[in-house]
Amino acid sequence: MADNTTGVPKKEMAKAYEKYAKSFTPKPTYVANCVRAFIAGGLLCILAMFLQNKLMAMGQNEKDAAAIVTIAMICAAQLLTGIGLFDSLTKMAGAGVIVPITGFANSMVAPALEYKKEGLVLGVGGKLFSLAGPVLVYGISSAVAVGILYWLIGGAK
Amino acid sequence: MDYAYAFVIGGLICTIGQILLDTTKLTAPRILVIFVVAGVILQAFHLYQPLVDLAGNGATLPLPGFGYSLAKGAMEGAEKGLLDAVTGAVESTAAGVTAAIVFGYLVAILFNPKSLR
Repeated sequence: MADNTTGVPKKEMAKAYEKYAKSFTPKPTYVANCVRAFIAGGLLCILAMFLQNKLMAMGQNEKDAAAIVTIAMICAAQLLTGIGLFDSLTKMAGAGVIVPITGFANSMVAPALEYKKEGLVLGVGGKLFSLAGPVLVYGISSAVAVGILYWLIGGAK
Repeated sequence: MDYAYAFVIGGLICTIGQILLDTTKLTAPRILVIFVVAGVILQAFHLYQPLVDLAGNGATLPLPGFGYSLAKGAMEGAEKGLLDAVTGAVESTAAGVTAAIVFGYLVAILFNPKSLR
């Protein structure tokens, strides 16, 4: 920050730099990204539905079939992350594979692999939750709050 | 359940995520948190159920569906009592969460990080 010689305030300098840097940042191709996310996300959902229908046709009840499909999707995504293919999928499909449960599954394995060197406890064990942790914390906390509110409302009747 | 609805609804939810990724400074983990909490809040007002009835896996596979399952479990538990209201959320999503933890751990143990190309 040697810009004091020019008399330009730091903030304006930072702003100018941001603008300068922005001119080199490739602009995301919004429409193409959205189309790819739409198609990939839609196809994943169709695959899940196909699996669930197959399982139900084999005699599973709806709840079990849904659970098995969820587990299968998670395992597939984590395996792909393990062999290094999920990143290419993300590059192709963007949010199409991040927003479905596959993205959640990937977000557990990716940092755990990355920080494997830090050891089995803090490396693998800890980093499994470095990205998935917030999702679980906020998801479960808000759901429990909803549950307790419902119980209170129900109890007041 | 209809495949066309699953495709369109699932695709649209992902498109919303893509738009958030591209046009805002939100990082992927933040968007995942927003989606899950959105699912919880929508279901708290019974607003996500119609989407699930319409699109099946198209609504349950994306992350708002995870929030939906959490909230649904908690609300069903709340009808039984306070303890079930607290445990219901995790109970209803136990399969997915357990699979993600155990299988994720196995994968992280068995595989080594790939060098970036």
